[in-house]
Amino acid sequence: MTSTLTPTRKRSALTKGQLPKAAPYIVLVVALILGAAILALIGFNAFGWGVVSALLFTVGLVSWSGAVEGSRKAKDKLVTCLVVGAFLVALLPLISVIWTVLVNGIPGIVTPGFLGNSMNGVTGAFDNKSVEEGTPVLGGIYHALLGTIQITLLATVISVPVGLLTAIYLVEYGNDGRLARAITFFVDVMTGIPSIVAGLFAAAFFFAVVGPGTKTGAVAAVALSVLMIPVVVRSSEEMLKIVPNELREAAYALGVRKWRTILKVVIPTAISGIASGVTLAIARVIGETAPILVTAGFATNINNNVFGGWMASLPTFIYTQILNPTSPSNPDPSTQRAWGAALVLIILVMILNLGARLIAKLFAPKISR
Amino acid sequence: MSKRIDVKDLNVYYGDFLAVEDVSISIEAKSVTAFIGPSGCGKSTFLRTINRMHEVLPGARVEGEVLLDGDNLYGPGVDPVTVRSQIGMVFQRPNPFPTMSIRDNVLAGVKLNNQKISKGEADALLERSLRGANLWNEVKDRLGKPGSGLSGGQQQRLCIARAIAVEPQVILMDEPCSALDPISTLAVEDLINELKDEYTVVIVTHNMQQAARVSDRTAFFNIAGTGKPGKLIEYAETSTIFNNPAQKSTEDYVSGRFG
Amino acid sequence: MTATSLTSSQGAGRAGDKIFSGAALAAGCLILAVLFGVALFLVVQAIPAFVAPAEDIQGGEGFFSYIWPIVIGTLIAAVIALVIATPVAIGVALFISHFAPRQLASGLGYVVDLLAAIPSVVYGAWGAAVLAKEITPVYNWLADNMGWLPIFAGPASATGKTILTAGIVLAVMVLPIITSLTREIFLQTPKLHEEAALALGATRWEMIKMTVLPFARPGIISAVMLGLGRALGETMAVALVLSSGALTASLIQSGNQTIAAEIALNFPEASGLKVSTLIAAGLVLFVITLAVNMVARWIIGRHKEFSGAN
Repeated sequence: MTSTLTPTRKRSALTKGQLPKAAPYIVLVVALILGAAILALIGFNAFGWGVVSALLFTVGLVSWSGAVEGSRKAKDKLVTCLVVGAFLVALLPLISVIWTVLVNGIPGIVTPGFLGNSMNGVTGAFDNKSVEEGTPVLGGIYHALLGTIQITLLATVISVPVGLLTAIYLVEYGNDGRLARAITFFVDVMTGIPSIVAGLFAAAFFFAVVGPGTKTGAVAAVALSVLMIPVVVRSSEEMLKIVPNELREAAYALGVRKWRTILKVVIPTAISGIASGVTLAIARVIGETAPILVTAGFATNINNNVFGGWMASLPTFIYTQILNPTSPSNPDPSTQRAWGAALVLIILVMILNLGARLIAKLFAPKISR
Repeated sequence: MSKRIDVKDLNVYYGDFLAVEDVSISIEAKSVTAFIGPSGCGKSTFLRTINRMHEVLPGARVEGEVLLDGDNLYGPGVDPVTVRSQIGMVFQRPNPFPTMSIRDNVLAGVKLNNQKISKGEADALLERSLRGANLWNEVKDRLGKPGSGLSGGQQQRLCIARAIAVEPQVILMDEPCSALDPISTLAVEDLINELKDEYTVVIVTHNMQQAARVSDRTAFFNIAGTGKPGKLIEYAETSTIFNNPAQKSTEDYVSGRFG
Repeated sequence: MTATSLTSSQGAGRAGDKIFSGAALAAGCLILAVLFGVALFLVVQAIPAFVAPAEDIQGGEGFFSYIWPIVIGTLIAAVIALVIATPVAIGVALFISHFAPRQLASGLGYVVDLLAAIPSVVYGAWGAAVLAKEITPVYNWLADNMGWLPIFAGPASATGKTILTAGIVLAVMVLPIITSLTREIFLQTPKLHEEAALALGATRWEMIKMTVLPFARPGIISAVMLGLGRALGETMAVALVLSSGALTASLIQSGNQTIAAEIALNFPEASGLKVSTLIAAGLVLFVITLAVNMVARWIIGRHKEFSGAN
């Protein structure tokens, strides 16, 4: 073995003045240990440990980098730390929310009859008894689940034709004229309407047309439609726009009329995107509370008629169970039902979101490029 | 079943812009006519006015007459949809409907118009059209598969089969081979030669050799400069255009001196 | 096919074209009518509150005295939300667009969407049950150490159900909106500009400072405005979290109220003039959010015109 064959392990000129690769890990370990030590002095808790360690890590890494690599690199490291920190901070509430809902919600859903019973006849006396004597929590969300499904379905039935036809007008007939631009602008404005204002509108409309105090599932469905239509229009419009013009021309050149071209060629090509957009729109409105609160009232019993009588829904159920527990002296059973309902609601929304993604992926036509 | 086309003093506008000026041309039935010329000379625009496809673009309009065996396409009461069912079109890029099978693509013109057709008739039409487009042997075992799974050249012949299936009098082709490789191009050119036995074929092409190979008569279009309207410079037998053109600019173009 | 004359049209199709385009047009007009209707019906139902004698309105001093404290409360909550959410959202958006490994980025985008999908009532319940409890020690510390600032004047609320808590919950709710909008704009930054900056030897931060942020500034502003619109109109986070009361400067005591929560809490049991008063309050909220959203859209629209390159 001669020394000429062994490459000398000297640092390349290009890596001179750099922190070693392991630097962040070294700093991290030191920061964690120091953080634990500091926290031990003032009383240990996991959250404080995380915050203090993160601060120490940032200070340590940036000052080390500043000493070895100069201020420009140090600034770069500082920003990287801040950006990653922002991301971690944003994750905290998400994790906390999901954790809270799971921990508090699971006892609710596993209670027998939770999904199959309504709150009809469940009074504070039962709740007091369950707290004092340990009997199972009575009552469930069946009426609210049913109400949510009915209201959301009716809202979908209203919104999809209106939204889809409007999108068709904008893409196929509007020619970017004055009316089309006005519609686009006001659809954008509509996306910004606060949900409670949409609820008030539906309430005010039915108060004026049907009679003061009219509160039914249908009123709530109209309120949700006001929120849903702009979402459907925007997503359908995007989807129709990406259908290649060549397909329309191919159909026209075969002597096919415009409306048949739209119905049989354009919409089938875009249908997966449209369906996924509609699903997302449903997911958005299914969790709306405020508009239902002012339009459908509260109900504790099962109501199968969207057009008559007050109707419960999952979000308003959660809201009322928390704010006005069935038994004011023992709110725990109500809280348990509320979290159970929240878990069901989140599961519904997640299924809709995942479903939307699946639809978009599985049924997308392969447009050859 | 093919008809002749006579164009008289046709001007094409996009809004206020005059895109093609004063074209008069007579296209014989059962022949292949090629339109050549530099980019932007209005030959594709003009082609589209022969089956009123230009109306798809907002603001496009024409002045003048286009006669299909004496009937004016732009006469009062003429429905552009009727025009297009008699004058078919094949586009630059193959555009089979991505949501339909090969079979449904060929039958699209019939099905999309909701015409009643028995299964036997449909099968006969399918085979006749695919055979007419020289595609039957290649796809007869996978008629249920999506049309977008075919190669580019096969897709273009599928589009031709689709155009034939509505039984038009005239077939317009807008640079049908510009997106194809040489072998596919050859297959489509062979097909064009066969099509003229039954149809009047008009083809726009960038490729002068192609025009020389497939067409009976050739029309040369040119523009004086950007922003100026396109004009028909010369229209004659293909051999005359390529060997003995009357106009200087035609000679410059076909000999490759510009364009 | 025999040679048909061109004028013998193929029957029914033409009517279909007319009906279909008419339906599409009608749907478009319906949307305009609905928006107009929103304004009209709110105004009609609100008029009694404007014309009623002052002593009949809740509080006994007329509609204006009733509405302005809750307008201020709404603004306070929304401003808190934006002050917290904006820097975090920009950080998260930058992380996803420029810092995270590519395989991770799309997954993270999905996580942000997930955050946006959680219903507001769940956030409200979480804020009331978890955040309010956990944050009380912080409020006590603030009251003890920074009480000389009017916004942190003690004694801190024992339940933690304060406007600051509501603002933090609102921040969590608008965070995904601002994040996804800014992320999209960051991704639109012309790659050439970024590469030019990197080729000059810029560090990643210098590249972002030189190319991404200037390009995205109008987009960030409008994203924040849209977030503001959302925060102003959000109901549940406030209705469940805040123990409301009179207008106070301190953010860590109970008190203050927002328009949306005021409506949600009182509308279900309201009747007569009270309904009109609440609808009038809704009208005020509608006008405020409309103004904010229109400004945001206007900024986006202007931005689109001069960044046509992408």
